[in-house]
Amino acid sequence: MDAQTPLFPSAYELNAPAGAEGWEELYPYYLTFQPGLRDKEDGKFWFCDSQHWPNPFKPFDAVTVEFAVKCLGQYNTRHYLVPPANGVDYRIHNGYCYMSPIAVAPELIEDRIPQFMERAGHYFQNWPSLLENWHEKVRANINEMEALEFEKLPEVVPTEWITGGIGLDNTTHLTEAYDRAIQLLYRTWQYHFEFLNLGYAAYLDLFGFMKEQFPSIPDQAIAKMVQGHDSDLFRPDDELKKLARLAIELGVADALKAGLVDEALAAVGTLPHGEKWLGAWEEAKNPWFNYTTGNGFYSTDKYWIEHLDIPMGYLRDYIARAEAGETIERPTARLHAERDRITGEYQEMMDPEAQEVFQGKLGLARVVYPYVEDHNFYIEHWSMGVFWKKMRALSKLLHEEGFWPTEDGMFYLTRNEVRDVLFDYGNAWATGGEWIGPSYWPAEIERRRGIIDALSTQPPQPALNNPPEIITEPFTIMLWGITSDSIKNWTGGDSSSGDLTGMAASPGVVEGLARVIRSPDQLDEIQDGEILVAPVTAPSWAPVFGKIQATVTDIGGMMSHAAIVCREYGLPAVTGTGNGSSRIETGQKLRVDGNTGQVTILD
Amino acid sequence: MTDFALRFEDAACLDHARVGGKCASLSQMTQAGVAVPPGFAVTTEAYLAMLEGTGLRNEIEMQLSRTDFDDVSSLDRSAQAIQIRFRSHHMPSDVEKAIRSQYEAMGRDMPVAVRSSATAEDLPDASFAGQQDTYLWVVGAEDVVEHVRDCWASLFTARAMKYRHDNNLGQIDVLMSVAVQKMVNARAAGVAMTLDPLNGDRTRIVIDASYGLGELVVSGIVTPDNYSVEKVLMEVVDRKISDKQVELIPDAAAATTLERPVDDDRRTAQCLTDAEILAVAELAKRLEKQNGCPQDVEWALDADLPDGENLLALQSRPETVWSQKAKEKPKSAYSTGLAGIVGALNNPIGAKTS
Repeated sequence: MDAQTPLFPSAYELNAPAGAEGWEELYPYYLTFQPGLRDKEDGKFWFCDSQHWPNPFKPFDAVTVEFAVKCLGQYNTRHYLVPPANGVDYRIHNGYCYMSPIAVAPELIEDRIPQFMERAGHYFQNWPSLLENWHEKVRANINEMEALEFEKLPEVVPTEWITGGIGLDNTTHLTEAYDRAIQLLYRTWQYHFEFLNLGYAAYLDLFGFMKEQFPSIPDQAIAKMVQGHDSDLFRPDDELKKLARLAIELGVADALKAGLVDEALAAVGTLPHGEKWLGAWEEAKNPWFNYTTGNGFYSTDKYWIEHLDIPMGYLRDYIARAEAGETIERPTARLHAERDRITGEYQEMMDPEAQEVFQGKLGLARVVYPYVEDHNFYIEHWSMGVFWKKMRALSKLLHEEGFWPTEDGMFYLTRNEVRDVLFDYGNAWATGGEWIGPSYWPAEIERRRGIIDALSTQPPQPALNNPPEIITEPFTIMLWGITSDSIKNWTGGDSSSGDLTGMAASPGVVEGLARVIRSPDQLDEIQDGEILVAPVTAPSWAPVFGKIQATVTDIGGMMSHAAIVCREYGLPAVTGTGNGSSRIETGQKLRVDGNTGQVTILD
Repeated sequence: MTDFALRFEDAACLDHARVGGKCASLSQMTQAGVAVPPGFAVTTEAYLAMLEGTGLRNEIEMQLSRTDFDDVSSLDRSAQAIQIRFRSHHMPSDVEKAIRSQYEAMGRDMPVAVRSSATAEDLPDASFAGQQDTYLWVVGAEDVVEHVRDCWASLFTARAMKYRHDNNLGQIDVLMSVAVQKMVNARAAGVAMTLDPLNGDRTRIVIDASYGLGELVVSGIVTPDNYSVEKVLMEVVDRKISDKQVELIPDAAAATTLERPVDDDRRTAQCLTDAEILAVAELAKRLEKQNGCPQDVEWALDADLPDGENLLALQSRPETVWSQKAKEKPKSAYSTGLAGIVGALNNPIGAKTS
């Protein structure tokens, strides 16, 4: 490579695949690489965040990256003034999302420190009470979102509105409800980052201290010191396990084993203790079935509460395993003991002064770290689940009114185009004329669908342009697991050998057959003892973690969801292999070494 | 009579002054429940009885008085003369009886290793041990007695004498004990250190292992496999598999050991399974904990014992190189609290600020 050639391509030379021409118009202007800014944009390093957004965005779904990354930035830049780091700039290119962290100019860092100390300090010092407040805000937000209703416009304004002197029509509520939903989503993502960056910062401090004490300490050992094991993130899975045990105890397990969900539940209802079990099932549903097999960022994500066949499938699996005498519960007591042992043994190897410092840093990390795990349930699962449910209801309403031929049509519009459609809908209703949408959107949506489908045929580039010599941006390292070494892996991988290298995310070595999973819909293909290979996994895949031996992912760092869940379930994991899911085929024999990050294809 | 030979199980066998470092350590391990090949120590009293009861002491002193320690040939002649003197005397009969009795109690014609066990604290065991003889695959009371005497004699090699002279250690005041220990039919053996000898990293256990008896590993004749185990997580984090061309194996028929080439298919294979690596690491970690400081452990896997009981500790001694280094003081004070977090954000790999 000569000095003139960048390590990764420029966005301006990465053409869209055939059939995807014109994709830029599906996204707001500020989300695409503008031709006039080439010099500036090519001067920055952009990495693809396929960890959160592995598939090309439908226009509406781009709202998730906009709100999430904007809100991430605001806390660094405007709330806490994180000394060295502003937010993360982001663009969509060929349907995928590329990120570029914005550093603070070195001469400005010093001045931000007192502000950070005051602002972040307030959060660290008042963490429990502020977090309690956070839970109240988030629940209120969810409740308000849940209460939003989208109703078809009636033939006439209700009589009571006339006699009550309301003076408004039904379109008012419809458009306000839509705007409110978007605003509530916006709040959701602000709340998401209120604590997250600080949680990572405290962890990073502990992490750096441990690395300095023990330069060769595995990252996963430090992660294990703070892991909670009773996180709300694991509650949905734990609830199913409890329901499985209860079903066996109450003698209703056989009734649950076959048929559609409704049939099985009805069969349970006829049994002597059936009502008791059904009561427990209903109680578990709210809120714990607000849980997606996806990651919350896509309108297509399926949530348990709307697809009861998903938790029912897992429940049946747990019943069968419990009846076979297996322990289905997570070994939390063992994990706790292990956490204490690990913490104690490293501490013993420190001198007394360092031990004291360690206690302080560990103490803070353990106070703040549970948020890093817990928030995922409240935001990505519960809040996003309610949001998507409401948006799907609106899309279905407009489909039934003839605006588009399929129920999911609305997601091919940007969020601002949806406002236009709602005006169109109300406008012709008011004038007594005809809606324009039904004659415009079906063909336009079809065209857009073609573009998205074409974009999906081409995987993203891992990065654009040249990386900095050393990655020093703290959040890039912590949230995305991107280090100078991992970038080397992206470019240096010799695809002819049988070896892949990734991050040693959860310890252990196993050999077994690969099962490549590209979508959560394929999860039921997994057989006992297989090694799960996927572009990225979600925490909600937990129910299959009882079946598999190990996990290999293309994307993700030490704190990625796959890594957290694997450590929780005691399975070896290698994350961030770059292209494991394309190079490995289902049925191939693999050796996964979660201690070194090596994955070997044995045949 | 029991004063002359003490079994590793005997409480008295913990006395370093009487049984030397090696035997005291074997005895301590035995009594702590660590699997160690059975055996006994021939005590320093036995050695003293040999010196005093046979007139040997006078002969040695006479020889020493005629030695020019700065003259290599004079030193060599003296060393040879003293060793001949050792072999020209029978052991005092009560000493010989004690050794025979302990040996016979181990089982009929038990093959044993006979090794020296030095007592002098200021003899740097690591560099000195090799100067004293080790006899493997010794069978029969007659041979055991003879080799105990040979071990004693090995105190008087030219190099050992010169070393003591240069360091102002008394030539005859250095007492020696001898370990007599059941021979291990080692399938694989080697050394484990509870820190990384390359950099002193205490989070690692580093294991050298090769086929057969461990002598070839210790003496550097084969390049062993090298495994690095993370001490807290107990996971194999690094492995270097080498070409292990020869192995030293017991030759029962000839009552000796035999060096032979390793078959082609085993030469470049990992000589321990991962489970065995972890078992060795667990053993070393346990010994470090028991002794309260980093250890250098010799171990072997006995082919005659069932899985799970076949890992034996042969020796455990304090690691000397890194443990004696003055602990480096941190370059600057640790930053704690928010200042620590600011430091971590500004420099995400190291958390210290100056």
